[in-house]
Amino acid sequence: MQDLVNKIVKRYQTDKTRLMDILLDIQNERGYLSHDDCSELSKKLKLSTAEVCETASFYHFFSCKEARYRIYLNNSITSEMAGRQLVAEAFEEACHTSFGETSEEGLFFLEHTSCIGMNDQEPAALINGIPFTQLTPFRVKELISGLKEGKSLEEAAYESFGDGNNAHDLIHSMVNNHIRKRGAILTNDYKPFDVIKNKLCKRSPEEIITIVEGSNIRGRGGAGFPTGLKWKFGRLTKAEHRVIICNADEGEPGTFKDRVLLTEFPELVFEGMVTAAFATGADIGVLYLRHEYKYLLNYLNHVLDNMRKKSLLGNEINGCKHFNFDIRIQLGAGAYICGEESALIESMEGKRGEPRDKPPFPVEKGYMGYPTIVNNVETLASVVKIINNGAAWFDSMGTSDSAGTKILSISGDCLFPGIYEVEWGTTINDVLSMAGAYDVQAIQVGGPSGMLLSKKGFDRTLSYSDLATGGSMIVFNHSRDLLRDVVLNFMDFFIEESCGSCSTCRIMPTVLKDKLLKILNGHGVKQDLEELVSWGKLLKISRCGLGQTAGNPILTSLSNFRSLYEDLIQQDKEFDTGFNLEKAVVESCNFVNRKPVFETKNLN
Amino acid sequence: MEKKVIATTSLAGCFGCHMSFLDIDERLLDLIELVEFNKSPIDDIKRFTKPVDIGIIEGGCANSENVEVLRYFRENCKILVSLGECAIMGGLPAMRNGISIDECLAEAYLNGPTVQLNKEKILPNDEEIPMLLDRVVPCHEVVKIDYFLPGCAPRADLIWDALVAIVTGKEMDLPYEVIKFD
Ligand SMILES: Cc1cc2nc3c(=O)[nH]c(=O)nc-3n(C[C@H](O)[C@H](O)[C@H](O)COP(=O)(O)O)c2cc1C
Ligand code: SF4
Ligand code: SF4
Repeated sequence: MQDLVNKIVKRYQTDKTRLMDILLDIQNERGYLSHDDCSELSKKLKLSTAEVCETASFYHFFSCKEARYRIYLNNSITSEMAGRQLVAEAFEEACHTSFGETSEEGLFFLEHTSCIGMNDQEPAALINGIPFTQLTPFRVKELISGLKEGKSLEEAAYESFGDGNNAHDLIHSMVNNHIRKRGAILTNDYKPFDVIKNKLCKRSPEEIITIVEGSNIRGRGGAGFPTGLKWKFGRLTKAEHRVIICNADEGEPGTFKDRVLLTEFPELVFEGMVTAAFATGADIGVLYLRHEYKYLLNYLNHVLDNMRKKSLLGNEINGCKHFNFDIRIQLGAGAYICGEESALIESMEGKRGEPRDKPPFPVEKGYMGYPTIVNNVETLASVVKIINNGAAWFDSMGTSDSAGTKILSISGDCLFPGIYEVEWGTTINDVLSMAGAYDVQAIQVGGPSGMLLSKKGFDRTLSYSDLATGGSMIVFNHSRDLLRDVVLNFMDFFIEESCGSCSTCRIMPTVLKDKLLKILNGHGVKQDLEELVSWGKLLKISRCGLGQTAGNPILTSLSNFRSLYEDLIQQDKEFDTGFNLEKAVVESCNFVNRKPVFETKNLN
Repeated sequence: MEKKVIATTSLAGCFGCHMSFLDIDERLLDLIELVEFNKSPIDDIKRFTKPVDIGIIEGGCANSENVEVLRYFRENCKILVSLGECAIMGGLPAMRNGISIDECLAEAYLNGPTVQLNKEKILPNDEEIPMLLDRVVPCHEVVKIDYFLPGCAPRADLIWDALVAIVTGKEMDLPYEVIKFD
């Protein structure tokens, strides 16, 4: 017991800020986290056991249940639409256990998980970190009986490889890229490291920032902050070190473009990080990779090793004096909130992924207190193209307020789900027609935190002034029950993923969901609709974007599909709580073995 | 002006809110100039004897009797006020809501460390005893509540001001400091 913990702690120089890596390694080698491990670890790292458990219990993929195979079945909406229920039942039957439990022999552990970034190939599951996509009950049965007979997971997974680099020796995955439309970023003419070799050192950092500012690129991670300005701010604070973080947490249900960028163009992303480091004077680089993409880890590390060998990372990069920068990969452990930049930094420091109060913003005081620039994968990839082709080239694409292109992740009810790179200014109608989506009832733009659009909004354009989006597009045709299936699924997502710090975000999504359930169960009255809106507003005072947008599934469906709600409302009643005394006493009466009696006693 | 009629009750509460009510001290004398009490622990009237203007409810609903009394109040009162944390949110009793009722009963009557005399494992199932609800619910999840006075217990001044406001029909002054939820 102690040996393993000892060995792993030493691997990280007894550095408690590397607690995430230490816990991941222990879990990797032992298969689970035991209480003894945690208390041993706390002694070694001079932390309290509570501090270790605090971190360990926060993340979805840390588990204290021992099991040889850990199966996490995605519960995103497209998974449900692709027959998830039947697949889940097949898993339970084949593994002889139920979700949240371990099978008797300790062989299988089943659990639900939030979107794993495979919305275009659902239902998908992670088994010991390996993605299994497009599952059917038949395949599940085959897979599990194979494992029971002693077949290795790799054998089971390697029956067929996906397209592009998914077949690379270091990936060997069945995942598919599904790149269906290429634009300025996804073109195949990329010459790796041209910018590092020929463009950076010839210019001053200020010149690089001027180009980036001139291109008018804004962050692609969702918030849309001007990238040039962020880099400029990052240079302002005097500091011993500066940090570049590439945010590859990609947790918004329905996005999977960062996965494809990292699979097909990892050099481009890392080159973007080096460019950002040069421009801001950073020496520390971290790629925060969501746990769901762990299957890319070896491959990405291999790319980094090659870069080091070619002096494209490390000291005096490409012979450029005083330009020292290296990149390490930090794995997450399953938490949507860690995509929020300050939560991500907390996580990188070995803590729970709870967003920080701002200010100070990460550009002033981020990772370990150093000025830190957090950028999305796509932002960093775009920057390389900007340096290569010039600011004017980039700015000429898109609309007046939204320069360049956006990589969309399209999924749901369409013939060709996948990755589409389009210029800003594209309409929803074009998006739908591109992906072969007909008979469309609604499209969710920007994932659960975005909005549910009805036909009335299909001529709106993708741009920061109209429909700003991180790129998640989920299509629903007329066979879908928007409230019961879609909106409830999204609300469950926020309820599951809230970090719990703010009372608004911890409580209100549940309150709103309960109200929606009440309406769906036929007890709604007009006042409920008013309350959904006025109570939903309270979420705006939450600390971070998760809470602030957690009411959106209900609020945007209510404003764009009001008739769906109106149809469920009782017109003849002004007040109905839905409370049912007869039902509420059943459980306790059963337990004490008593028959419920409801003679209305004459209290008068 | 005819006196307004007031009724009060304590459901799943601790009577703390009623105590706070009494804390209006000598203003009670002013109050009875303005109002007349009907069903209430304050005057020990058990049944409504006439239509009531204002019903004040302390505590949420933990069992079937709470629900019946609350509904009885709703039928007989023009205005209902939820007084205090328990009435508004379930309060302390609602802490059991995260635990199943089976577990609660088993802990209380069978397995708890203080259960020593219940050798025959008797569970409370006499017909006279109210039936427990699966969850403790706030009053407004059972009947329509017109006003809410937060606090645990709400300060006497708040209760006084609210009553005066309802009785006189004047708007109430609710400074930020008095809106406390626990
Ligand atoms: C709940 C939440 C989740 C987020 N998830 C991501 C994410 O997965 N990837 C990402 O790049 N940005 C995410 N962001 C935005 C980041 O906080 C940050 O703005 C972004 O990484 C900055 O990069 P950019 O300027 O290049 O867009 C998230 C924000 C919130 C509030
Ligand atoms: S809004 Fe939600 S996720 Fe964000 S800090 Fe508050 S509780 Fe955590
Ligand atoms: S709100 Fe406080 S004082 Fe009032 S009944 Fe509940 S616990 Fe007692």
